[in-house]
Amino acid sequence: MSTSSETETRPKTRARTSSPRGARLALRDATLGRPDSPALTGVDVDVSPGEVLTVVGPSGCGKSTLLRTLAGLLPPLAGAAEQDGHPIDGPGADRALVFQEDALLPWRTLRANVELPLAIRGLARTERRQQATSWLERVGLAAQIRQLPHRVSGGQRQRAQLARALAGRPRAVLMDEPFGALDAQTRAGMQDVLVEVLHGTGATVVFVTHDVDEALFLGDRVALLGSGRLTAVRDVPSPRDRTAHDDPARVALRRDVLSSLGT
Amino acid sequence: MTRYALRVASLALALGLWQLLTSRDVDLWLRFSQFPTVTDVGRAFADRLSGPDYWTDLTDSLTRILTGFLLAAVLGVATGVLVARSRLAEDLLGPVLEVIRPIPAIALVPVAILLFPSNEQGIVFITCTAAFFPVLVSTRHAVRALAPVWEEAVRTMGGGRRRVLGSVVLPGALPGVFGGLSVGIGVSWICVISAEMISGQYGVGYRTWQDYTVVDYPGVFVGMVTIGVLGWVTSTAVELLGRRLTRWLPRTSYVPGTARPKAARTTATTSPAPVPAVRTGPEAEEARDEHLVRD
Repeated sequence: MSTSSETETRPKTRARTSSPRGARLALRDATLGRPDSPALTGVDVDVSPGEVLTVVGPSGCGKSTLLRTLAGLLPPLAGAAEQDGHPIDGPGADRALVFQEDALLPWRTLRANVELPLAIRGLARTERRQQATSWLERVGLAAQIRQLPHRVSGGQRQRAQLARALAGRPRAVLMDEPFGALDAQTRAGMQDVLVEVLHGTGATVVFVTHDVDEALFLGDRVALLGSGRLTAVRDVPSPRDRTAHDDPARVALRRDVLSSLGT
Repeated sequence: MTRYALRVASLALALGLWQLLTSRDVDLWLRFSQFPTVTDVGRAFADRLSGPDYWTDLTDSLTRILTGFLLAAVLGVATGVLVARSRLAEDLLGPVLEVIRPIPAIALVPVAILLFPSNEQGIVFITCTAAFFPVLVSTRHAVRALAPVWEEAVRTMGGGRRRVLGSVVLPGALPGVFGGLSVGIGVSWICVISAEMISGQYGVGYRTWQDYTVVDYPGVFVGMVTIGVLGWVTSTAVELLGRRLTRWLPRTSYVPGTARPKAARTTATTSPAPVPAVRTGPEAEEARDEHLVRD
């Protein structure tokens, strides 16, 4: 009996480690926030493996709270936060978080920053160097690998943060308005970079933004937050297609989203 | 270059004034007639340098201060981090530390005499206590002021407590720690000299006091000059080490009083419309970014 259960569990774990597929994330009837001031109540949402879910809502509506709960930095006050059916009980390398603020360590060069998750995973120095360099190249920072964060522009810092998040090979990437502080042009460029580097990682993405167009471009589905609740989750037609912005279905959805956000 | 000339001139001027006042036996309200002249002190200095006692005193004092200061640095940083990061440590250690902190380290001489079998250890203890508190307080503040995102970032990469400590807390607190170390090395000198005067055998402080009791005033000044130079050398060493270890800190490219104002003046004379000193709005923002991107 014990042998049969072993043969049952073993292939599962091997499959998980050999092909890093996306995590399934879920919130079940969850109340989120700090104990003295819950920001969101009754949140029910399921994010399928490999899916990109964007979350929009006015500022202060609890978007960051939702993300921090999924990251494991903030336990739900009621209900449950789950990854693959297991409760999330603290932060871990499975779920990388990309912050709006400068979360790069200012005393480390861009490459040393990207090396950090690899070091935590226990990789040897040369291997670390090599992988960090190639991640920075993928986000277009080949020339800046030895620069300190304050020596490069805000957009370049966010690219480095993205590289750092992905270098740890997370199964989910949680992004908290990562391009919120960038100008419109840089932002569009960053969205393309993001789509490009996410391709092939299979990671599940939860992307929080206050920009409806960004949400509709990046998301497979878009979740709407407002007045302390998750009000709707809508499918996005032809996601991550720049030419589809005048697609009638997308235009209709955009109108719906904007009106339900009260703008 | 002109800055070095200015610094040398400042020292020379002070010495010149001293020599003038003492050689003329100026007795206004301040009395300089009993004061040794610069040449007296210089002669005494030359005598001392050729004798063996001076170097023994010097190495004794240096050994005491370095031992005490290094101990204080290690203990101060460790306790500061502990108190800032753990509520239990804060509750357990905080009250004791806050009660001991206001006591001047030199007032601990009786405690040192009771506690330690030798004078030597007592002096190191006093020096260490003196430097400990500035290091502790600066470290505690620096650790508390760290941006929470840094720790959260490391935690979401799967890093544990030790990783957060080594990769975020210690490097991030370093600028503040060095603030405390700079203050600490200064008070260490005050305390090592005072402790030597009270209970030492050998050491610059002991010698200075001995000279005073036998009314050898030039000797007293040799001691004082020695303390001044040693203090300056050690605090410069701390300062340089700190600057080296915190080279990552963003620094402004603006240095007041350099060639810049001159350049502005020449442009102002050639072109009738002077460049406004302070630019505002996005233009200034851009200029600042530019200097960051350019290497």
